[in-house]
Amino acid sequence: MINYIWVGMFVIGLVYAAITGHMEEVNEAIFKYAKEGVTLCFGLIFILVFWLGIMKIAEVAGLLNKLAMGFKPLLKKLFPEVPENHPAMGYILSNTIANLFGLGNAATPMGIKAMEQLKKLNHNRPEASRSMITLLALNTSSLTLIPTTVIAIRMKYGSAHPTDIVGTTLIATTATTVAALLIDRYFYHRRQKKNKYK
Amino acid sequence: MEVISTLSIWFIPIIIGIVLVYGTWKRVPTYETFVEGGKEGFHIAISIIPYLVGMLVSIGVFRASGALDALIDMLRPLLSLVGVPAEIVPQALIRPLSGNGALGMMSDILKNEGPDSFIGMLSSTLQGATDTTLYIVTVYFGAIGIKNVGDSLKVGFLADFVGIVAAIVIVTLMYG
Repeated sequence: MINYIWVGMFVIGLVYAAITGHMEEVNEAIFKYAKEGVTLCFGLIFILVFWLGIMKIAEVAGLLNKLAMGFKPLLKKLFPEVPENHPAMGYILSNTIANLFGLGNAATPMGIKAMEQLKKLNHNRPEASRSMITLLALNTSSLTLIPTTVIAIRMKYGSAHPTDIVGTTLIATTATTVAALLIDRYFYHRRQKKNKYK
Repeated sequence: MEVISTLSIWFIPIIIGIVLVYGTWKRVPTYETFVEGGKEGFHIAISIIPYLVGMLVSIGVFRASGALDALIDMLRPLLSLVGVPAEIVPQALIRPLSGNGALGMMSDILKNEGPDSFIGMLSSTLQGATDTTLYIVTVYFGAIGIKNVGDSLKVGFLADFVGIVAAIVIVTLMYG
């Protein structure tokens, strides 16, 4: 599906530009966004290096496993395929906590480490496993207590109550997270059914 | 609210402190372990580059060609029929594809309509309600070399849709 979306946006864009005469803008965009992709990754280096360094210490010291143990019942329900006390659990939990506090920068490295562990559990196959999709659903629905960036931008434009959106955002993001987990379950069971009749 | 924002400032420094003290107590070679983990981080950051470049250029072409605007204009009357304000449509559609793009649109709305207006509140809530599915799939799966993403995109986009609807409903109920 990702291949179709990728090519689809390209081809529709190119054809549309050819018809409406926006080729110059498109030409510019190709190089602008290619550069932005690299810049974005370079902007991630500092945080990935630092956080994964700190988290490596936490992992080796056994802190991540301890953390995961406290939330075992909940994690067990969400990720039934991950064995108890597996390092993946610790990373999943760190990723979720970082998201809760609006620390997107810290959440990404943990999320990647969690995915890496989940891939190992899936015998290093190059396909998304059930647990990976669940973790992805958790991340795309972005359960957040404080949307820091949004509050900062509201302040910049002179909001009288910049934090007023915390309540509405919390309700919306909770609804999204619950929905994401339900949708994830639905697709999992659909896959199971399909496999049965193969 | 005060408590939450104080907590979020203290959170990272406290975690770092705990990890370092606990690691030392458990006799982990802290500095060497840090460097080892840091190297992994560096490698991940570099390995994501082709994934992000490919995805961003595709989104960029789609936007710059005017096709995205045309799509939005096409959907606008339909959406306003079910009570979705037209001003919010571009941001809602771009949110799952490009986080920075959506953030730019939100800034634009806050600047022009005022952050405390109904549209300003809706735009702010929408930004926080979901995350950029395409970016997360690209970065997370890119970093670990997943080629077949399975149902990930369907799950992500459907959740985004729920998030958009939830934001509109809640803000309309509270501030509309």
